[in-house]
Order: sequence, then C-alpha cells, then structure tokens
Amino acid sequence: MTRFFKFAAVAILTVGAASSTALAAGGNSHFEYQKQKWTFGGFFGQYDKAQLQRGFQVYKESCSACHGMERIKWRNLVEKGGPEFPEEAVKALAVEWPNQPLAEPNDEGRTTDNKGNLLTRKAMLADPILGPYRNEKEARAAQNGARPPDLSLIAKARDIHETPAWYVHVPKMAKEIAIGYQEGGADYVYNLLLAYTDPPANFKLSDGMNYNKAYPGNQIAMVPPLNKDSPIKYQDGKGSIEDNARDVSAFLAWAADPKLNERKAMGWSVMLYLLITCVLLYLGKKRVWASAH
Amino acid sequence: MSGPSSYVPKSNLAKWFDERLPVARLVHDSFIAFPTPRNLNYMWTFGGILTFCLVAQIVTGVILAMHYTASVDTAFNSVQHIRRDVNYGWLIQPMHAVGASMFFVAVYLHIFRGLYYGSYKAPREILWILGVFILLAMMATAFLGYTLPWGQMSFWGATVITNLFSSLDGIIPGMGTAIVTWLWGGFSVGNATLNRFFSLHYLLPFVIFGIVILHVWALHVVGQNNPTGLDIKQPSDAVPMHPYAITKDVFALFVFLIPFAYFVFFLPDYLGHADNYNEANPLVTPPHIVPEWYFLPFYAILRAIPDKLGGVIAMFASIAILAFAPWLDWSRVRSCKYRPIFKWCFWAFVATCLALGYLGALPAEEPYVTWARVFTFLYFAFFLIAMPLVGLIETPSQMPRSITESVLGAGAGSGGGGQMPAGAAAGPEKR
Repeated sequence: MTRFFKFAAVAILTVGAASSTALAAGGNSHFEYQKQKWTFGGFFGQYDKAQLQRGFQVYKESCSACHGMERIKWRNLVEKGGPEFPEEAVKALAVEWPNQPLAEPNDEGRTTDNKGNLLTRKAMLADPILGPYRNEKEARAAQNGARPPDLSLIAKARDIHETPAWYVHVPKMAKEIAIGYQEGGADYVYNLLLAYTDPPANFKLSDGMNYNKAYPGNQIAMVPPLNKDSPIKYQDGKGSIEDNARDVSAFLAWAADPKLNERKAMGWSVMLYLLITCVLLYLGKKRVWASAH
Repeated sequence: MSGPSSYVPKSNLAKWFDERLPVARLVHDSFIAFPTPRNLNYMWTFGGILTFCLVAQIVTGVILAMHYTASVDTAFNSVQHIRRDVNYGWLIQPMHAVGASMFFVAVYLHIFRGLYYGSYKAPREILWILGVFILLAMMATAFLGYTLPWGQMSFWGATVITNLFSSLDGIIPGMGTAIVTWLWGGFSVGNATLNRFFSLHYLLPFVIFGIVILHVWALHVVGQNNPTGLDIKQPSDAVPMHPYAITKDVFALFVFLIPFAYFVFFLPDYLGHADNYNEANPLVTPPHIVPEWYFLPFYAILRAIPDKLGGVIAMFASIAILAFAPWLDWSRVRSCKYRPIFKWCFWAFVATCLALGYLGALPAEEPYVTWARVFTFLYFAFFLIAMPLVGLIETPSQMPRSITESVLGAGAGSGGGGQMPAGAAAGPEKR
C-alpha cells in the first residue's frame, strides 16, 4: 500500500513539474525585476532620512507636474520617521506650492472671483500635497485621456508580479516570509521608471503611448519622467537617473507606509517579550507536568 | 458541566452567592476541575487559541468601527486615516487584518486535528457539526469584512461571490437575479451593499460567540478526545484542567502569538493583495480577482466545475460534507495513529487541500484547470470513498489498553479497561 502511495506521489509531482515547465517555457517573455537593497527592508529596516529628502526633491521636480499625494499632509514631511524637513522650510514650501487648496467662502460669502474663477487660499501644514488637477475629468483632458494616479499609496498598490512554476514559487514565498520581504511596490516603481526603451520592431504602439518593459502590456501613458542625459542633481551636485529612481521609490514607499519605523522598532520589543515569556511559560508548564509524565 | 460538581464555596459570601447564581461553580466545574485526558498533545491547544482569536478580533474590530465610515465615498480613505492618523491605528488595523488570517490558520489546524484523531465520531457528532457551523459563520464574517476597506479586491470579490447566487437562474429563471438584487440592495454592489455588509460583519462575530458557547458546552458533556481515541475509563487517565491543561494552553498561545506578531509588525500586507490598495472602481476589472488565501481551496473547487451552478454546489458541498463525516466513516477506531491505511488517506487529503489552495491563486487556464479537477475529485474522494471503504479493508494496529498505559507504558494503568481489545479488526458498525 505504502509503495503505491509513493508511486502515486512521484507520478503526480513529475507530471505537475513537467506541465508547469512547459507553461513557463511557452509563456510570454517575462521582465526580470532588479530588486534593490532598501534601507527599510528586512527586520531592522528603517527609512534613510537623507534618501527620503532626495526622493521628495525628485517628486517635486518631476512627478508633481502631474501627480498629487493627497494622503500625505505637509506636516508629515516634518514628522518623525519621514524626511524630517525643518518645519519652517515646509511651511514656506506649502505656501509656494503651485497647487493650492480651494478657499473657504470669503467675507462676502463668495468662493469665486469677479470672473468666476475659483478662489484659493495658502496651504498650511495640515493640508494635503495637491496635484495639478482638481478632478478626474480635468486630468484626463490634459493628459491624453489618461489619469495620473495619486502617488501616496502607489508603493502599496503595486507589486512585482512573477508567476514561476510552483516548485520555484513555493520556496520563493517561504523565503520572502523568512526574510520579511515587503518591498515589492518600491522595487516595481524603481524598475518601471528605468524600463523605458524603444519598442521592438514588430510592436504596435498606440497613439500617445510609451513603451515600457516593466509595465504589464508594455504600453504606458506616462511619458518617461526621468531623463538619462539630464538627471535631477541633488544638493551635493551628484545624482544619476538610477539614483533618482531609487530615491523617489523610497520616498513613495514612505508615503504609503509612514509608520514603518515605529512599527518595526516596536516589533522587536514585542518579539523579544514573546520569546522570553514563552521560555518562562514553558518552564512553568514543565514543572506543573513533572509529576504527570 | 457534566458529572457531579466538586465546587466547595470557601466563604460565606461565596456560599450565599452560589445558592443564588452558581457562576463560580460553573467556572470551577468547567474550567478548573474539568478532567482532561493526560495524553493530549499540542494539537489540542487550538481550542484556547481560537477563543483568543475570536476575542482579539472582536476587541480590535470594535475599536476600528469607531473610526471607520461605511460609505462608498469615504470607506477607503477612512481605513487609510486609521493607519496614518489614529493613535496606534497602524497597529490595530493590521492586528485585525492579520488576525483574520491567523484565525483561519488555527481553525484549519483544529479541523485537521479532528479529522486525524477521529474527533468527529460518536459521541462527538453534535460537537463536530457545531464546529462546521462556526467555520461557515467565520467564512461569512471574513468575506463581509474583506469588503469593508473598499479596495479593488474588496469590490470585485464582493461582486463575484454575491453573483454566484445568480446561478440559481438555472433552476428557476429569474430567481437567482432576484436574490442577487436583494443581497445587493440595488442593481450593483454599491453603498447599500457596503452598509449592510458592515452591519452584518459586526453582527456575525457575536453569532459565532454563541455557537462557540454551545461548542464548548457539547465538548464538556462528552469530554475531550485524545491521541489514542480511547475514552477516559479511570481516574488516572485524566488530569484536572487547572493547572495542567491551562499551563499548556497558555504556553501554546504565546508560541502562536510569535508568528502572529511577526506578520503584524514585519509583514502586515504580505497576506493581502496589492490591488486592494487601489480604491474600488466599478469601471476597472482587475486582471486577476483572487480571494484571500483561506478561501483559495474552495475557490479552486468552484472554478474546477465547468458549469456555474455545479461549481457553486460543489463549493458549498465541500464544506457541508464535513458535517456528514461522523456517518461517512465506518471505522470504529477513532485515531489515525492505529489506522495504517486511513492515515495515508489523511495526509493525501492535507496535500490535496494545499494543492487546491495553490491552484486557487492561479489564473483559470490550462493546465491549472485540469489539475484543479483532479484535486477536486481527490477532495471529495476522501470523504466519499476513503472514509466509508478504508474501514472495511483495514486492520488497525495494536492499541494501548488505556490512556494511562499510552503515557506510562504497559502495566502502569492497572485494570485498564481499554475501549477495544488490541488488534481487533475494525469494521462497519453493525446496524
């Protein structure tokens, strides 16, 4: 009987392996994501303040032309665990920001000027970081029918999607759990920003679309946001397009998960507490049961 | 709860109270003096762990409900508000979301333990069926709860699952559609749906709590099963619940909390789906609509059947069939420890469930669909073929005469009085 089950198990495994290999070979060519070493990855991971500041600079000088970050308030840029810019600098920046919040009704109870334009007021620390478009219709009209998504959750709303054969996939999942890998969103954004190329000869690109190897379907409405020949230079005068992509991905990861520093730090205290308590409880249990075994 | 009470009030006040409302007596008899088999292994600690999970979900859930707003315009952002701005919301929200997964980890292990050691057999049929009801209520609660964050997977998961009822149109034309409209409170998943899902998500945990009380009551009437499957026959077979079972349960609970905390603090989103961080959009269908991992085996069964109504029936049958296990299994031996053939069937069943879970996460295309059909067949074959037939051909291996003997070795439990003579052939019960 046992021998039969062993045979059946081997047969199932072999056929399964063969069929999924066939699928992997026959499937479309997959993009190889370059995973980055993130300072906030793993168990001891914490955001690098300087990197978040550089990332915000990239957002400000490139992404913010089309994308808002409405779940991030200006005050978040000051708070602990983030870029931690000085409060005065953020206040000044909020006031200068090209996209200002709509005004409350003024003394005459009006929210428009004499020409019917909506009135705005100066942004304060409690206000969100606004993009250039007031609503979806305005965005689509300005962007060739595509809507630039809000970026404050993008690093959680995206992931690198790979579907290897099951005997590769299952150990991969186990490894991700063991090393605490949760930076798929940041890795996706990083790869996407650098994966713009000319389309292959036989590829038919729709009007106004761009070819991107990392994007599902390879056609993306977003124009290449970073330029290889004129990357955004940081305060120290350095900065390549790869640096720009990495820093802004880290910044977006922070925007999507601003409590990560606090969470991982507390996680260690909790794990330590649980481990010590487990040892004590086990010793107590052993003592209680000593006479019953 | 069963048997003569051993409670002795220690003060006049306790005596006065006991004569009027014997709560202390109930607690003493049910959770302190209650005799537990002395040979229980750690698979018997999941009852306590599951009680903890239920209470933890209710406590975190009540707090989340204080900050959550059930409206299609604000629900998604209110969850983000909880994670970003509410004090310790970043801790409580993942505790609730990860807690649901851990709840299912524990309940599946609890069920597998019951299957392996024959805990569904007489006299524990009612206890087992109550457990199946708890599982069903848990699944309903988890499904409703997953809708509340109002992300893309929330919305489309709710759409797909509620739409299953439209397959009833195949029986009476129009009936399925009418039921779906009634469930939605409109002609699509919308604000009315979200509000009623929130209401029911808050209600069902208390229904579960009620069934759990019955489940524990039934357990305390018939007593716990144990790794040998033998009944408690003599005082030396059991130890009082306190301090023996209690110290063991608390230790096991804290061990369970380690992976729980690991996911909450280091991988809070690993068990979810990235697409659920996109707000629900009825105009954009996600490329792959996948339920949470704990539904994947049933999702695989649903998709394995080529016919929609047939798939729905198979999916519900895959859970309902558990309730019939006490009458499908004809062997008189409870524990798989002494069932050399059925033991293999059990492990094949575990592998089948894992394979179905894996297939449920993959797109519905070849060769996965064929594999899902193979494993769906094996899933039902465990209940409909292995359970009734294996008992007929199987010769149980040698069993100890008593629980005491299984712990202390032969000769220890004097005058054991085991349930069955060693090596007796098992067979269908004479009816």
